[in-house]
Amino acid sequence: MPGLEIGLEDAKERFAAIPRAGLFTQDHEELRAGIRQWIEGRLAPHADEWERERDFPYREVFKEAGGIGLFGAKYEEAYGGTGPDLIADAVITEETVRCRAGGVAAALGAHKDLGPYYVYRFGNEEQRRRWIVPAIAGEAIGALAVTEPNAGSDVGSITTRATRDGGDWILNGAKTFITNGSISDYVVVAAKTDPDAGHQGLSLFIVDADTPGFTRSRVHTLGWRTSHTGELHFDDVRVPAGNLLGEEGRGFYHIMGNFQWERVVMALGAVAAAEQTLEGGMAYAKERHAFGRPVAKFQVWRHRFADLATEIEAARSLTYHALRKIVAGEDAVKDVSMAKWFSTELSWRVADEALQVHGGYGFMMEFPVQRAWRDSRLGPIGGGTTEIMKEVIGRLMGL
Amino acid sequence: MAYRHPLFTDEHDALRQTVRSWVESELTPHSVDWESEGYFPDWVFKRAGELGLTGARYPVEVGGQGGDWGHTIVISEEMARIGSAGVGMGLAVQSDMATPPIHKFGTPDQIERYLKPAIRGEKIACLGITEPNAGSDVAAIETTAVRDGDEWVINGSKTFITNAVRADFCLLVTRTNKGAGYEGFSLFLVDTDLPGWNVQRHLDKLGMRSSDTGEISIQDVRVPASALLGTEGKGFYQIMWELQGERLIGAAGSLSGAQLVLDRTIEYALGRHAFGKPIGKFQVNRHAIAEMATEIEAARQLTYDVAIRWERGEYPVKEISMVKLYSAGVVGRVMNRCLQLFGGLGYSDEFFMERAWRDARLIRIGGGTDEVMREVISKSMGL
Repeated sequence: MPGLEIGLEDAKERFAAIPRAGLFTQDHEELRAGIRQWIEGRLAPHADEWERERDFPYREVFKEAGGIGLFGAKYEEAYGGTGPDLIADAVITEETVRCRAGGVAAALGAHKDLGPYYVYRFGNEEQRRRWIVPAIAGEAIGALAVTEPNAGSDVGSITTRATRDGGDWILNGAKTFITNGSISDYVVVAAKTDPDAGHQGLSLFIVDADTPGFTRSRVHTLGWRTSHTGELHFDDVRVPAGNLLGEEGRGFYHIMGNFQWERVVMALGAVAAAEQTLEGGMAYAKERHAFGRPVAKFQVWRHRFADLATEIEAARSLTYHALRKIVAGEDAVKDVSMAKWFSTELSWRVADEALQVHGGYGFMMEFPVQRAWRDSRLGPIGGGTTEIMKEVIGRLMGL
Repeated sequence: MAYRHPLFTDEHDALRQTVRSWVESELTPHSVDWESEGYFPDWVFKRAGELGLTGARYPVEVGGQGGDWGHTIVISEEMARIGSAGVGMGLAVQSDMATPPIHKFGTPDQIERYLKPAIRGEKIACLGITEPNAGSDVAAIETTAVRDGDEWVINGSKTFITNAVRADFCLLVTRTNKGAGYEGFSLFLVDTDLPGWNVQRHLDKLGMRSSDTGEISIQDVRVPASALLGTEGKGFYQIMWELQGERLIGAAGSLSGAQLVLDRTIEYALGRHAFGKPIGKFQVNRHAIAEMATEIEAARQLTYDVAIRWERGEYPVKEISMVKLYSAGVVGRVMNRCLQLFGGLGYSDEFFMERAWRDARLIRIGGGTDEVMREVISKSMGL
């Protein structure tokens, strides 16, 4: 036929070779099964108790998690990792969420994808050896401190200051809402090294928790109650030049660079959480009877569940699309921003409907759905709010 | 190499360019005329056949191009560029709705007589499912086919049938056994020049106006036994299979239409000033556009992901229903919000926006309504 040359490839063979969602091989599925078994066997049974206590045996859990490779997928064997394999790391994120306590998942996730990952991405060999290796083993807990009482989404407006003093740097300021902040062994801190240089005036530093002048306390949160969210104070904290992470003045760009990964894992986690919460809501609706039949058999609920399940699939496809682009090394800022707001907003709406179908029980603390409702509320705020995501998308579209 | 979805290869990109240039040079210039005439000319089928578009996914042995679902999706996306969605719909009925069952269930003779000329664009096909009293509830169909010796005698009526006015043959869904429930349906290939086959009305529609839609009266139409397509009594399942592909294509094509409208809206929003700045620079509009772009991307990625599963031979009815339901909602919302951004211009007749808005309204109804999609999905989740 003129002008048309198609069907030249062996489509059957090509399609058979595409891994699930263009991402997951058989090895990934095996990894998934292993992680799920550990999460569901070791963590999930304690979720209620840990939530009540607003704590979990984090030293023990981090050590065991390190032991089964929960933190190592992104890193080479030389550091004790099993990778680098970003897709494997995505699998771990999806499965970790199934521990049923958003705070535990957040604690493990912040360690996996924030502080220590910064050291890996922007650090030199010496810094990697010192701070990554124990982090992968789960022996040292890392945190990332960017947000301040008066600077959240607007990263450029942070006021924590780092000034040179001979070969050292002296840090002064405060950070807040820092996941693992009050239990971590070290913190990656964003500070202004040149207050007049705008976005070029920001740098990153690694601060060991035992450094004099560094103090911290725990803030209590609406959700993620097992997580130790910290408020950090830096009062003439002196760190050596070797603790500068990445290039001086490039901190803002380093933060923006890792945001893509942070946001795609948030989207992955949100989709996985939404799926689990919807399953719980449907299971309850099938058991609970009203007016002579299971609530799940009322058409209004059947259709509502159908809509939510549909949106979850759409969110998953959008998120996997962003992940595929990242794995391919493409600029995925727009796609990741889309996946992040879309999935986290959806996850909260799913939790809200799941709470609704529980009726009065949804309002009782002994039912886990209230926790999903509280925990998922952080999604549209943390890691860049929904409003910021839409700003990013709009600006990338020339608006 | 730039990233693309695993559904596509270089071959698909090349096809996209071919179809795009055909659409832009030979079809789009006529779209306004065809809209006002309520009809696009028959030569479009012939030309699509010559270009190999009607048979893109059929094997070479039957005159097709041997392509896959990636090719089909590319074609339906590019057809949306006509800006008159009825044309793409008419062609999609020909290539992907009325004819796949002939390829899958037909005899060599049926393939020779109907499928091959349809692929060449020489015979125009329509698909007769819906009746005045049976739409989404396919099992309520009342058109009957009764055996009489070596023949079948068909009586009943069909409505909302795309291509009905000009079709040379119809893939007709009938009831052959009243007491047998879902097992009582059969498909026939019926020539439209047979006595008793009458297209009574060329229906006047809200949108999709360039496509002809007919109401058909069928009175004692006699067809030979060889007109039965596939297995007697299996018609319901055969047509359910057909609907899966139809829903995927409907989603892909209408999403592409929504993307095109959004692109033009952004262009407009950056050029149109109000209160001293482009309206696209107002934060509320910026966020509205960001939301639309996100939802289109989500729907598109879902469509592509599910197309891979369908191409691989899975039968993902739940996921295809999700594709259809979600895309239809996104398309409807996007059209409505874009019309709003165009203000009075969007409301003006003969401007593409109001047409796109009207055309898009069908996607939530045709090929299975939103409500039926939710029924399918919730049933498959055990609800």
